[in-house]
Amino acid sequence: MEALAALGREFVCIEREISLMGHRTPLYEEHVKAGARIVDFGGWDMPLHYGSQIAEHHAVRRRAGIFDVSHMRAVEVRGADARAFLRHVLANDVDRLAVPGKALYGCLLNEQGGVLDDLITYFIAPDRFRLIVNAGPASGDIAWLRRHAEPFAVEITPRPDLAMLAVQGPQADEAASRVLDAVAFAALGRLKPFHATFAGDTFVARTGYTGERGFEMLVDAHEAVALWRRFVAHGVVPAGLGARDTLRLEAGMNLYGHEMDEHVSPLESGLAWTVSLATDREFIGRSALLRQRAQGLARRLTGLVLQGAGVVRAGQEVRGPFGVGTVTSGSFSPTLSRGIGLVRVPIAALDGEACELVGRSGQVLGARLVAPPFVRDGRALIDL
Amino acid sequence: MSKVPGDLRYTKSHEWVRAAGLDLVVGITDHAQDLMGDMVFVELPKPGTELAVGKECAVVESVKAASDVYAPLAGQVVEVNEALAGAPETLNADPYGEGWLFKLRPRDPEAVHALLDAAAYESLLASEA
Repeated sequence: MEALAALGREFVCIEREISLMGHRTPLYEEHVKAGARIVDFGGWDMPLHYGSQIAEHHAVRRRAGIFDVSHMRAVEVRGADARAFLRHVLANDVDRLAVPGKALYGCLLNEQGGVLDDLITYFIAPDRFRLIVNAGPASGDIAWLRRHAEPFAVEITPRPDLAMLAVQGPQADEAASRVLDAVAFAALGRLKPFHATFAGDTFVARTGYTGERGFEMLVDAHEAVALWRRFVAHGVVPAGLGARDTLRLEAGMNLYGHEMDEHVSPLESGLAWTVSLATDREFIGRSALLRQRAQGLARRLTGLVLQGAGVVRAGQEVRGPFGVGTVTSGSFSPTLSRGIGLVRVPIAALDGEACELVGRSGQVLGARLVAPPFVRDGRALIDL
Repeated sequence: MSKVPGDLRYTKSHEWVRAAGLDLVVGITDHAQDLMGDMVFVELPKPGTELAVGKECAVVESVKAASDVYAPLAGQVVEVNEALAGAPETLNADPYGEGWLFKLRPRDPEAVHALLDAAAYESLLASEA
């Protein structure tokens, strides 16, 4: 087990940013007390698991789990030009947000069409939008937004005073009915998928990163511990970043730094649906994307499932009739009990095609391309 | 704190060894399984395989990482723990008992005394912490 000395750091190395002294969320002490294994993620000291990542994964698929996602940063865009500014910097079109409370997923691109970050934009009011960005890229995002905000009447305001909790799983709402006050729970009950609302000072959203029903909440950082404890006291299982990763992978969702980064186009990352090229809206990266589309895309993102035993790892090579591809994220699916991954393959590769995964010691494992997601709402969506 | 039973011998690469008649039972330590997290896949050597000391002879994979297991001593694999294939989580639950990996007939039975004793292995863990 020579590799073991490096293992504690392995998860860290997968991630992009390593700092000596990590940031801590308001729930850090709570995680430590619960016996969490703490790892660095995007510069933050975060819980990887509280004992068993797989048990936490199953708890979310079968009952309900709670995640501290306060490492994700809330950034507000306020001012008369808020909408015009976001139409300029985001690849998705915030004009799709007609009703306050509606959310939009999309990418922040550089001029070359590479992905600086993927984020959710919540429409709060015509002069106020709230963005949720990833931990690692956050400081770069804020600098980028401020730089491009100069010609616009907007202010870019990070909200480090907020903490974010995600409650996910088929019993998430049942737990909320016992934890939230009547007004907040009624507001949650009325929310459609990908919508959010304020209940008092609590911002509640029908969003998530697991493929299960549930919600996310942004609350005052000082209230986070009490709220977390109430959910846990009502049987909601604390779940770490390990389970979050296998859940999002089963749900076929991208992770920044794996499926996309500043050198990869959203069109080659399975995110064409988040890019709005329909109108003549000028946004950063648009001309690069139009050029790519005109020249023809070389690659696309899809899923892979192993035929037999084994685990899929990021960086492994995939070979098939289509040529050679690369695993961008891989793991073992606790729901399917199979190795699964997301892979970037030549554009002509067809889902359903048999292929081979090259294992860590060069051995070849039988596999098949499949269209993600693998699992949604507790059910397998692919044939094994 | 990881468990380090006093009656076992250990390697620097986190395998343990227990004498069982002429043979030695080999597994990975509590520290190793704890660091790796939930085990999902175990690849064991074929019975009859001749191992040189330090040779890669098994693979354990958790949700987050894969790691080779090295032969603690030279010898022949005489039996493997077939039950692990269907229940790799046994490695997490009982690393020194039901989670054993394979039995080895050592070429030199005396060589086991050159491995780390529990106190030495505990010092190693303390120094890695």
